[in-house]
Amino acid sequence: MHPVRKQRLYLVLFVIVFASVAVGLVVYALRGNINLFYPPSEVVAGKAPVGQPIRLGGMVVEGSVERATDSLEIRFELTDFKSSVPVVYTGILPDLFDEGQGAVASGVLNSQGVLEATEILAKHDENYMPPEVADALEKSGFDHKGNTK
Amino acid sequence: MIPEIGHFALILAFCLALLLAVLPAWGAWRGNSVAMALAPTLAIGLLVFVGISFACLSSAFLQDDFSVALVASHSNSLLPPIYKFCAVWGNHEGSLMLWALILSLWTAAVALFSPQLPLLVLSRVLSVMGAIAVGFLSFSLLTSNPFTRLLPGIPADGSDLNPLLQDPGLIIHPPLLYMGYVGFSVAFAFAIAALLGGRLDASWARWSRPWTNIAWAFLSLGIMLGSWWAYYELGWGGWWFWDPVENASFMPWLAGTALIHSLAATEKRGLFKSWTVLLAIFAFSLSLLGTFLVRSGVLTSVHAFATDPARGMFILVFLAVVVGGSLTLYALRAPAVSSRVGFAWVSRESLLLCNNVVFLVAALTVLFGTLFPLIVDALGMGKVSVGPPYFNAVFVPLMALLVPVMGLGPVSRWKGDTVRRWRAQMVMPVLVAVVCGVTLPLLHAPYNVWVALAVLLSAWLLLGLVQDVLQRVRGASSTAHGLRRLTAGYCGMVVAHLGFAFCIIGIVATSQYSVEHDLKMHPGDAREMAGYEFRFIEVSEVRGPNFIADQAHFEVTRNGEFVASMHPQKRRYLASGSVMTEAAIDAGFFRDLYVAMGEPVGEGGAWAMRLHYKPLVRWMWLGAILMAVGAFTAALDKRYRRTRESVHSANKAVLHGA
Repeated sequence: MHPVRKQRLYLVLFVIVFASVAVGLVVYALRGNINLFYPPSEVVAGKAPVGQPIRLGGMVVEGSVERATDSLEIRFELTDFKSSVPVVYTGILPDLFDEGQGAVASGVLNSQGVLEATEILAKHDENYMPPEVADALEKSGFDHKGNTK
Repeated sequence: MIPEIGHFALILAFCLALLLAVLPAWGAWRGNSVAMALAPTLAIGLLVFVGISFACLSSAFLQDDFSVALVASHSNSLLPPIYKFCAVWGNHEGSLMLWALILSLWTAAVALFSPQLPLLVLSRVLSVMGAIAVGFLSFSLLTSNPFTRLLPGIPADGSDLNPLLQDPGLIIHPPLLYMGYVGFSVAFAFAIAALLGGRLDASWARWSRPWTNIAWAFLSLGIMLGSWWAYYELGWGGWWFWDPVENASFMPWLAGTALIHSLAATEKRGLFKSWTVLLAIFAFSLSLLGTFLVRSGVLTSVHAFATDPARGMFILVFLAVVVGGSLTLYALRAPAVSSRVGFAWVSRESLLLCNNVVFLVAALTVLFGTLFPLIVDALGMGKVSVGPPYFNAVFVPLMALLVPVMGLGPVSRWKGDTVRRWRAQMVMPVLVAVVCGVTLPLLHAPYNVWVALAVLLSAWLLLGLVQDVLQRVRGASSTAHGLRRLTAGYCGMVVAHLGFAFCIIGIVATSQYSVEHDLKMHPGDAREMAGYEFRFIEVSEVRGPNFIADQAHFEVTRNGEFVASMHPQKRRYLASGSVMTEAAIDAGFFRDLYVAMGEPVGEGGAWAMRLHYKPLVRWMWLGAILMAVGAFTAALDKRYRRTRESVHSANKAVLHGA
């Protein structure tokens, strides 16, 4: 074989081996680190796995936000106006988190059906709704104020 | 009246871009030097008219012309003037105007500062840039006209700029980022011009290199500012979230990093030619993809503006045309430009190749992680999100693989080197690096293995550079003389690699050593953290130009000695009623102290507070600045500025040849 061509063959082999290592890394990293999104009605229907990281999105139920007196623990409910799921979170909430607004909570569902959230995302301006929440409401057939469409 | 002038100027700019895309390219094809010679004039005309249009839009913002829809929805009469100006690009339509303005700036810069470029090449390059301008200006005119009027029914006041964006970071972050994004269009245009001409040689790489370096430097600065802005403005002390839009700016950076290194091999040794061209196409395509991700709102991101599917579609089609067209051209013409030069395995070429593979794979894994949710959604398998753990798990090992090669790079020789020479060169650096890696982390208890590894790798990088500089200086009559003999290109490389070492230490140390507490505090409470005592004194109300705020007062002491007085705020903006956290940061070279207010909780004036101790966090931004400085320095190298005489002879030769 022509030496340049031979070298090119080795190069291609090297790139393939390296790329396979990378793909291996990607698959390994993906296994533990993707979390599926569920709307509240699917969680209530028992479709969401217990004890695995998931994300839950909906509107924060008016009047459901309760703070603990001695810590930063907070409880509220997320709804798609068909069903609602209680969420418990300890920490500081994002500025735009509010009752009657859209939010996405990521965390683990416990056996009582409460989502123990490790992160809360709220929409970041008034014109913007997290796409998953918009989609979940679309499916449940309500608009963001809870009126049937 | 002024907005209409702006609109008209934008239409004229579009027509000029159309002429620029067509005429010089036709001239280059038919060998018509009159048509080719029009290219620089058209490029400058494009800049003038886009500039007029942008100025008109800015004046509408500065004069509170709320009859313009864009101004009414993104500005407010209470807004300080500087933010009125920034509001121009704090929205979809205006940021596209900024894109167009910067693109025409780059186009005009190529036209003005390329006296060494043969006319044939220049006309092709400017034509390609004109074609890109056609795409963006028609996007602006057809789907996102910034000059739309609200008639009748002019609102009395505007609905304000998103408070998150009312910040000095926004003044410079988007323009710098766009300078980088759009700057890769120059590298792209050079690559396409080379494919069209079928001539790809060392001089091509030499023309393309300074532009690529400058674009890359701007992109580095833009990303760094974005990270810094997120750190102090979002109020949770994070500096990188692997958010889709951050990734959108990071992927072109990774591809661009591969590109500037492969350009080095192409210029010096005539190697990897077709590969370099492919990387240039890839880098610019990723920039466009980034624009698509940001503008279409297909992914959940903190950067998404309220969106419109038609816009997403337009960019997607544009992206398909650019990527499809350039790859087709590549497939047709790349065999004509490929190289037949060999190199030994133990050589600088191999090391640069490793760099390219690592950066490209890194770019692809980030791309995959960013698009994975879209793929899964399109397949109807549910909505997933790919979180930071994925990116960290993939990205960190790749970078760790890179550094050993990177330390060796500067001391290695082109074409062929020997393992024995490498060993002789690197014995001292290895020993010293191991000693540093083992001992330096002892300064901060408890001992942390990851920090030790980071110190080891950075020390290896740093000492490899020192070794090489010493080597080069040693031959000269005096040290000063030796230092003066180093070229700007070489110094730039040293500074940029040094910056990378800073980044590694900063990122690893701050990730490993940071302490963070969210807690409930009453006025008078104190909290000890990492040797600092944070005492919460009181909360008072303060008024800003367009907001009112609760401001907390913290006194920080260390071993009884006063360190800092900190004043985080919780602001309520008057026009929009939105609430914003303004963190207080006591910055230092070795550590940052960070206090942010949560919300009032319970009785007795208690607040949720977030306290952070972040060691060496500044090092990573410092590192990014050094990288940018390095790239700017390298772009100033003398060899990129040949004399005019040699150009004229080259011009004749090329025209003759064509």
